Amino acid sequence: MSGSREYDLPLPAGSRVADLVASLRAIPGLELPEHPVVAVNQEYAELDRRLESGDEVALIPPVAGG
Amino acid sequence: MISDREGRGGGSDGEGGGHEGAEHPSTVEVFLTDEPLESLDALRRVGTTADGATLTFEGRVRDLNEGRRVARLTYEAYREMAEKELRQICEEAATRFEVAEIVAAHRIGILELGEVSVSISVAAPHRAPCYEASRYVIEELKRRLPIWKHEEYTDGTASWVGAPEPPVGAGPGRPNERPRERQK
Repeated sequence: MSGSREYDLPLPAGSRVADLVASLRAIPGLELPEHPVVAVNQEYAELDRRLESGDEVALIPPVAGG
Repeated sequence: MISDREGRGGGSDGEGGGHEGAEHPSTVEVFLTDEPLESLDALRRVGTTADGATLTFEGRVRDLNEGRRVARLTYEAYREMAEKELRQICEEAATRFEVAEIVAAHRIGILELGEVSVSISVAAPHRAPCYEASRYVIEELKRRLPIWKHEEYTDGTASWVGAPEPPVGAGPGRPNERPRERQK
């Protein structure tokens, strides 16, 4: 952690968050948790959420605020 | 020092978010800042003469975490989402409990022992909703805010709190079920 990595991922129209996660898992050397926590456009989202062009998707590691 | 405050004049403090049947709307204001919360006036100025109760919670940096002596810590945030989620949490509290005003602030950056990391102020006509709203906001923000804590220990080691454990369950509202959640 410390900062974040950004990827621009081309995906077919109508892709879901789960499809994006699958694309990330295919990147060599990138380790993802088994059940990633995801946000779309700064709001928590489910894996079956449909994505639109320009959406910002973030994988959220275990939080520790407060 | 860069401050990410959203002050009263900025048009971004939420008016409304009041609950059904409220006679007056409740106000929510949130701050994410690297400046000391001890000097954030908005936390100290909650309430009007209609409010018989005000309450301020402060979370502070503690010198011990799971047996390890803490030297200092650093909070990092996904800022845009942290502000959004903090405002959402406060609006939920304002909807569920009869409060007039909630101001919540989280500090990011490097904090020394004893400094205030998070503060929540609530004003309400009556005290019971004050306590309930205050508790709701702190418990929810600890579960949901995309903020991470890097602790430095006096033995020279350091770690990201919670990092080795994968999240249990996912999805909005329940992003971070941590098996060893500690109450402050």
